[in-house]
Amino acid sequence: MNKTVAVIGGGVAGLETSIQLEKLGYNVYLFEKNSQLGGHAEKWDRLFPSRRHASEVIDSLKNRINNVQINLATQVNDIKRENGAFLVDANGKSQKVDAIVLTTGFELFPANKKEEYGYGIFENVITSAELESMFSSNGKPQMVDGNTPTKVAFIHCVGSRDEKVNRPYCSKVCCVTAVKQAIEVKEALPSSEVYCLYMDLRMFGPGYEDLYKDAQVKGVTFIRGRLSETSELEGGRVLIKAEDTLSSKPLKISVDMVILMVGMSPLPSTEKLLKNLELEPNNDGFIQVKDYHLEPTHTKAEGVFVAGACTGPNNITDSVNAAHSAALEVHKYLTSK
Amino acid sequence: MDLHAMHFPYHPFVLPFTIGLVFVFFYVIGKWIYWISRLGKDDRIKIFKNIFTLKTPQAVYEVFMECLIHRKVFKKNALLGYMHMSLALGWFLLIVLGNLETRYFTHGRINPPYFPIFFEFFEHDLISLNYGRFWTFTMDLLLLFILTGVGLAYFKRFKSKPLGMQKTTKHVPIDRLALTALWLIFPLRLFAEGVTAGLYDAGSFLTNPIGNLFASTLPIHYLYYPSWWAYSFALGTFFVLLPFTRYMHIPTEILLIFLRKYGIAEKDIHSTYTKVELSSCSRCGICIDACQLGSDLGIVSTQSTYFIKSLRYDKPSDLLIDSCMVCKRCDQVCPVGIDIASIRANERKELHLFDENSYKYINGYRYKSAKVAYFTGCMGHLTPSVYKATLALFDKAGVDYNFIDKDGSICCGRPLQLSGQEDAAKQLIEKNIKLIENCGATILVTSCPICAKIFNDNYNLKIPIYHHSQYLLKLAKEKKLTFNKTDIKITYHDPCELGRGLGVYDEPRELLKLAGNLIESSNSRENSLCCGGSLGITNISQEQRHTIASITLDELSANKADIVATACPLCKKTFKSASENIMIADISEIMLDSISDKSIKHNLKIENKEVIVKSSK
Amino acid sequence: MVNFGYTILPVHILDLDKADLNLAKAITFDEPSFKLCIACGSCSATCTAGTFTKFSFRQMCHHIKRGESTQAIDESEKCMLCGKCTLACPRNVNTRNIIRLVRKAKQTL
Repeated sequence: MNKTVAVIGGGVAGLETSIQLEKLGYNVYLFEKNSQLGGHAEKWDRLFPSRRHASEVIDSLKNRINNVQINLATQVNDIKRENGAFLVDANGKSQKVDAIVLTTGFELFPANKKEEYGYGIFENVITSAELESMFSSNGKPQMVDGNTPTKVAFIHCVGSRDEKVNRPYCSKVCCVTAVKQAIEVKEALPSSEVYCLYMDLRMFGPGYEDLYKDAQVKGVTFIRGRLSETSELEGGRVLIKAEDTLSSKPLKISVDMVILMVGMSPLPSTEKLLKNLELEPNNDGFIQVKDYHLEPTHTKAEGVFVAGACTGPNNITDSVNAAHSAALEVHKYLTSK
Repeated sequence: MDLHAMHFPYHPFVLPFTIGLVFVFFYVIGKWIYWISRLGKDDRIKIFKNIFTLKTPQAVYEVFMECLIHRKVFKKNALLGYMHMSLALGWFLLIVLGNLETRYFTHGRINPPYFPIFFEFFEHDLISLNYGRFWTFTMDLLLLFILTGVGLAYFKRFKSKPLGMQKTTKHVPIDRLALTALWLIFPLRLFAEGVTAGLYDAGSFLTNPIGNLFASTLPIHYLYYPSWWAYSFALGTFFVLLPFTRYMHIPTEILLIFLRKYGIAEKDIHSTYTKVELSSCSRCGICIDACQLGSDLGIVSTQSTYFIKSLRYDKPSDLLIDSCMVCKRCDQVCPVGIDIASIRANERKELHLFDENSYKYINGYRYKSAKVAYFTGCMGHLTPSVYKATLALFDKAGVDYNFIDKDGSICCGRPLQLSGQEDAAKQLIEKNIKLIENCGATILVTSCPICAKIFNDNYNLKIPIYHHSQYLLKLAKEKKLTFNKTDIKITYHDPCELGRGLGVYDEPRELLKLAGNLIESSNSRENSLCCGGSLGITNISQEQRHTIASITLDELSANKADIVATACPLCKKTFKSASENIMIADISEIMLDSISDKSIKHNLKIENKEVIVKSSK
Repeated sequence: MVNFGYTILPVHILDLDKADLNLAKAITFDEPSFKLCIACGSCSATCTAGTFTKFSFRQMCHHIKRGESTQAIDESEKCMLCGKCTLACPRNVNTRNIIRLVRKAKQTL
């Protein structure tokens, strides 16, 4: 069998799809726009709910790849159909393939779009991703002036469930990530005060509720209210305002650091590929799958499959499952052709 | 024929016209007297004080320019202007010259009013008289002039776009009837004069050939009297209908121009001046296209022309009163210059939802003391980059300021005022005046045009009030701030309250020119579009606001500017919510970004700053 | 009647079987976005009036939805109509219109 498949995007879903397709005997071309594989997970320190290192998972995926043609720092510019096959244009070269799997993933919500939260304006307002890099490099959060924070607030739903920034959907993973990170801050800095400002805690996965309980045990304070605005205090501290909806009173806390739990957003650069393939985005801007229940890795375009967070917010487990499914569907498609 | 001998030329067909004319004359005079007598003492004093000053000839000039020439309509569209001018100026000249003509031929005799109108009926052989050719030619020319306008008016009913109008007014039945009468008057005059010219081989370049044509094709002997009856009847019908239709604007606008020149204006409540304004609306419909509720949202039955019509005859529905963003674009384009925003504001006052007891809780609060008081306003707290950039520039310029409402403020009162809650607004105004006075400031700077508007109009503060764009320009002029000009292309969006509200158009532009190249969008300054965030309206949804914002942004970014600059926190938030790709920043952020001295500490970054850097290379 | 010093214990319970939801229905009719609140509290957190007095837009809406209209109407008069909450609401609830409708309802009561 000499049939070839292009996998576009080298994050968790792309890696797992490539591994499975390779096992099924296909020539796989993996295109990754960044200079390394692993996607967003590559930059993460630890994963919920087990809190194992993200690198374990990424390394394991990378190690299982053998004969995949990996194209790093390669942005796919164009996909054309030609005689039942596809021509994938990337970095000035054209590659002919028989099927396509889109595993383009997502982008983190650009937090500066939510101006009142102060990201990019107040220096100690950071994103969840930036906190992960702090954990990777220092093992603990650090303020811009080098000091260790004593009061930290996690803000849930930044760029999720918010029609004002055109992200009306729930990003699924931020609640549990916030709880995980709150525990980690508490563990790294036991004397610190840690707050989580949430609207609803959506602890839907196995072990998630346990993490929530663990956070309570470790002394994280949960406040049911969405952040409305921030302002800066002396010494770079940040004043945050929310309503404590459970006592129906406005509430303010001055903290050293604010962590914005940025949601998953559709990747603007996939828009062009979707146009090439005559595919539509769904209401949230992610790639529309053919049948949400029965064909969740098909698209309306023949020979084009999808897996991972490019179809909507996903955790790693869901992405891996989707990758398996997509690989199998590609196999069915190419053997029946 | 000896015209001297022609005493009291008369024929019964002149009756419809004469009765109509007498009726409309006394009706209008009666109305004028009624309106002026009910104006109130202050206003009547104003009239007496000003009537024998230069203001009267100025008003006469304005009447000539607006009621006859229709200068403002010309500005909107030349063809539309011509249409209005040919009807108004043409008819006016026809009456004036008609009178002169008959006076001339009767050697200065005072004639009955119908005589000049139906002169061709009473005298067919003008050409043989001295200057007869001149007079008949002149009258034919004027008739042709008017008829071209009537032709355009017919055309406009079917296709209004060439006349610069996307949508035209939907008229009530009685208006349609009067319109039909008006449209028939001049073709019927042409017909009657044509038939007469045909019978007697009279007339000039227009009526003579038409008369010959009629003579060869029509039984003109039988049509002679009916044609003059029809002409007179059309005139009479129009005159009788005039006071009850939109055509009341013809006499009323003249009065309006005089009253306005004498310094009379809308007050806190409706007056007979309001009645004059309402009756001056010709329902030309120019305001319809200006209204973004119509053009962007397809709400086409609530525009100012309909609001005014409804208020003139009756009580407007809540929908009519509420459906307005108070962006004042219609005020801007109204050829009559009706103060629509004030009339609407007064109409909204009918509903007293809040009262003085509402805000008893605001007591004992203090603003921080300051020399230069910076007030960001409610919305400003949601755009921290605006106040942070402004204050960073103040620091750089060494301004001794304090951010007086850093820990919160009370609302300026403008939002309540916009929704007609004047009493409640007054409560907030009084409380806020005390708070501002107590902070001891000598200068007040605000980032919010909404606050700036009411500070200027209703606060009577004894200190100068600046919008931050004005104050930053002042600092730049005093050489306290120097900026690095790059070739970044900036389009400036005029916020409604700052532009049309306060007339501040130049300072923000002058300031931005210090940072980059200013390019104007197609609707800038007085004509700028509303962002859709307006506090003047409550009955549209956020999704509808979103639609307006997107359309406005499309227009602002059509000229491929690198960045859209605003000067209003509400505009900025509204735009940001509607756009993913267009770069939007407050004027203060752009200025901070171009500051020469990079040593000042700030970590503000305009979104996608790389784009700016790239374009400025 | 002889006063024995006993009264019927007032029941402190929201009885939705008996709740008067007319105001809620009327507001929903005029302003459908009234239904969309997810009780996040952004409005009340950002509220200019809420800094100075006990006023929560979110709670007011909730009271109306549970039939406690009198309480809600009294609260509504503290609003300054500044519109900040409209900018904060993640569900695009047309907050200023709701306040106007509640205040109008007070007039008709």
